[in-house]
Amino acid sequence: MEELLKVENLEKHYQGARVPGTKKEVTALRGVSFSICARSTLALVGESGSGKSTLALCIACLERPTSGSIIFRGEEIAARPEEEQRGVRPKIQLVFQDPARSLNPRFSALEIVTEPLLVQGRSNKREREDKARALLAQVGIPQQKALHKADEFSGGQRQRLAIARALALEPKLLILDEALSALDCSVQAQISNLLLELQSLLGLTYLFITHDLAMAGHLADEIAVMEQGKIVELGPVEKVLRSPEQKVTQRLIMATPRLTDAADGLVVA
Amino acid sequence: MERRLAPHPDMTPLLQVQDLHVAYTSRAGKKSLALAGVSFDVHPGETLGVLGESGSGKSTLAASLLRLLPKNGKIQKGVVQFEGQDLLQAEPRTLQRIRGARIALICQEPSLALHPMLRVGEQISDVLAAHESLYRGALRQKTLQLLAEVFPEDPARIAESYPHQLSGGQQQRVLIAQAIACGPALIVADEPTAFLDPTTQQDILGLFRTLRKKFDLSLVLITHNPALLAGLADRVLVLYAGRVAEIGPTEKVLMLPHHPYTRALLRSMPARLDEPAKERKSRLPVIPGEAMDLEVFADGCRFETRCADRMDLCTKREPAAVAVDETHAVSCFKYGG
Amino acid sequence: MRYLLHRLTQAVFLLIGASLLTFLFSTLAPGNYFDEMRLNPQISPETVTALRAQYQLDRPLPVRYARWVRSLLRGEMGFSFSYNTPVAPLLWVRARNTLLLTVFATLFAWALALPLGIWSATTLGRAPDRALSWATAALLVIPDLVLALGLLILAVRSGWFPTGGMASVGFENFSRFQQFRDVASHMELPVIALVLSALPILVRHVRAAVAEVLEAPFLRTAASHGIRRSRLLYRYALRAAANPLISLFGFSVGALLSGSLLVEVVMSWPGLGPLLLEAILARDLYVVIGGVLFSTMFLVLGNFLADLLVYWADPRIRTRTAAQ
Repeated sequence: MEELLKVENLEKHYQGARVPGTKKEVTALRGVSFSICARSTLALVGESGSGKSTLALCIACLERPTSGSIIFRGEEIAARPEEEQRGVRPKIQLVFQDPARSLNPRFSALEIVTEPLLVQGRSNKREREDKARALLAQVGIPQQKALHKADEFSGGQRQRLAIARALALEPKLLILDEALSALDCSVQAQISNLLLELQSLLGLTYLFITHDLAMAGHLADEIAVMEQGKIVELGPVEKVLRSPEQKVTQRLIMATPRLTDAADGLVVA
Repeated sequence: MERRLAPHPDMTPLLQVQDLHVAYTSRAGKKSLALAGVSFDVHPGETLGVLGESGSGKSTLAASLLRLLPKNGKIQKGVVQFEGQDLLQAEPRTLQRIRGARIALICQEPSLALHPMLRVGEQISDVLAAHESLYRGALRQKTLQLLAEVFPEDPARIAESYPHQLSGGQQQRVLIAQAIACGPALIVADEPTAFLDPTTQQDILGLFRTLRKKFDLSLVLITHNPALLAGLADRVLVLYAGRVAEIGPTEKVLMLPHHPYTRALLRSMPARLDEPAKERKSRLPVIPGEAMDLEVFADGCRFETRCADRMDLCTKREPAAVAVDETHAVSCFKYGG
Repeated sequence: MRYLLHRLTQAVFLLIGASLLTFLFSTLAPGNYFDEMRLNPQISPETVTALRAQYQLDRPLPVRYARWVRSLLRGEMGFSFSYNTPVAPLLWVRARNTLLLTVFATLFAWALALPLGIWSATTLGRAPDRALSWATAALLVIPDLVLALGLLILAVRSGWFPTGGMASVGFENFSRFQQFRDVASHMELPVIALVLSALPILVRHVRAAVAEVLEAPFLRTAASHGIRRSRLLYRYALRAAANPLISLFGFSVGALLSGSLLVEVVMSWPGLGPLLLEAILARDLYVVIGGVLFSTMFLVLGNFLADLLVYWADPRIRTRTAAQ
């Protein structure tokens, strides 16, 4: 299987605080290494503060790592200067957790999806609009709603919009940072189905960051567990979830609430 | 392990909600019915889980119990019977004495629920001061005691902190401390673990368990995630589009659901954590369509348009609650009514 | 603390910059005090040159600036050509007169704006709020000049207020108490004018700040705990609404020396305004620079005061900068 993304020894230190006297340094990532095969999904789980979001930002070229390398489609991208990174960015797109905050509520659905095409300076107005409409159809937003403003959509529909926008530039890698976490359970199922459909249709690769182990288990091929800036466990999703080796993973699995807890007729103390 | 509470039929309910109707008027003047006839009881010492997704009316329900609706919301009819009086008809003075002292509400989003410029300890003291006449020293002492109930360590430092200096889980604990401050009989918690990560979530739920036993509390736990209720609630009420779809003991509702909505909802969740390879990355069965537009006033069942088991009768009138057995009721024509 | 030091340094730099710019603009403006004299045939050109040399107007710019800064640090602000006296004492007297008006006007304006704004916010959309909105809109629309003149006409016609000036004829012969009353009665009209022109903006800001806070989740939460309405309003709502209002208050303080020019000129109040106006027209260089610098100092001080107050009032700023 072709490796789409390979991360080697990634480190990210933040030069902290101007507290007089001390020089506070925060280490967000310590020597992170992993790879993702094309057309597959890697789930990245961990508690808040474990470094998941920092990792996502580095891979998306929105943050520069302190050291280490990120190899995307065989080419090193982390160390490249700004202008060269611009060519890579369209290929790696991010979808965030809160669609209410990542979409401009006053823009219409069509405008939101055409914006990346505009920024990248592609084609003419007609072509852009056609492409946008096709994308909206692909994510399941009815055509008659194309001109509705973003704040008129429900949470699930907004997330579809965010996905459509991310697909506008034909990316190869989609980073989903807690993209399902703010949605209702039944809506999560819908979006999950959409993501799977798009993956097989467009050959996408996903980096699925979440703390919902159930969804991670459902959507991913492999799972990586992060703790304090390091990957402590990495492997095929069944193996990790059935026989976790690290304490962190075990804790996360124990902490996931299950419907089957109801079966006992007893309240677990 | 403790035995789950089974309500004795002769016990007087602590809270009785009957036929609650609440409507909102939008800026444009359009009316939407957020709650359309909700009825349920909460028994002393029991934990009732309210399962509702967006648009179900769950937050409206929480707010209406204490008459805390925003300006454009109106309670059209209904009775909320609590400790011998109807809260919906009570005088403002009486209501103010009940709020926070007999019934406590824990709102969503703890980071927004706390005043950004007051210390956490002060905000807890304010709740105490509103209902009990204690002098300064006693207030401070009680505040620290309350914080010690919810924080395993260093309550004094937490008391001096401002909300923005605390993490999401810590802020949630502060809200819980405020809720138990005056020893209420009932706590209504609206999505208390939203946006928290799994271990913090587990800690908070564990805290609820400890406190309800210690202080003999009744709980109404509102959430959109059925799994959270599985290990915590005695009974579950399923809310859809402002109506009670199903209500019954937790294991019955979550493991043998009757209402088509409940069944579809539970089926749409990945069954197990460690799914076998062939189930993984498969299509989950979803509920077709979108949540209903509450501004539309249709005659029949509100779930009808998305229901796999719909019949002609479903568009004609609303199904009434039908008892499937002694403790379990469903509002669906499949079972009669 | 660092935050405040930072702001203080900024303030000092601002003052230096302001003094430089004022000096530059005033000296670079075409013409000088002696141009008029030069046109006067009775005064010989040599006298003019001698006078210019005496006042050192023939020296290069940086030299003049340096000398001026030096004398400033000694507490002198140069010499007024028109009045033939040192500038500093002149400015002090006039500034005191201006402050007399503006301090009272600011206090009254805020004392009125707070309750009116709160009332408006708590009755949002209903009759009292709408009435106030109309009133403030009307006041905003009327230009300050028209307002001042209108009041003056009212005073003249009705005889209720003294019409201009700061003291009546025969002031020197009044007893202490009578002098006090006399000045007070002369202050009435200008203060009214100042209050009326400042009020609408203040009321609207208070209304907006309080209305926004009244919708906030933490207020609903506090209400759900059974906290009394009055406590909710004062301890919870106002406190949160304070931030933007404190900044506004800082600007009010900043405008203490500069906001009243129009009213003073129209009502012949012997304050900084008319002095400055005269001096600009007469090219009385050092008075202009001194006056502008004084006003700027107040503005900068006002801003700094606002920063200080916000730092004290909002724990988020205090702790964020400490954590940083």
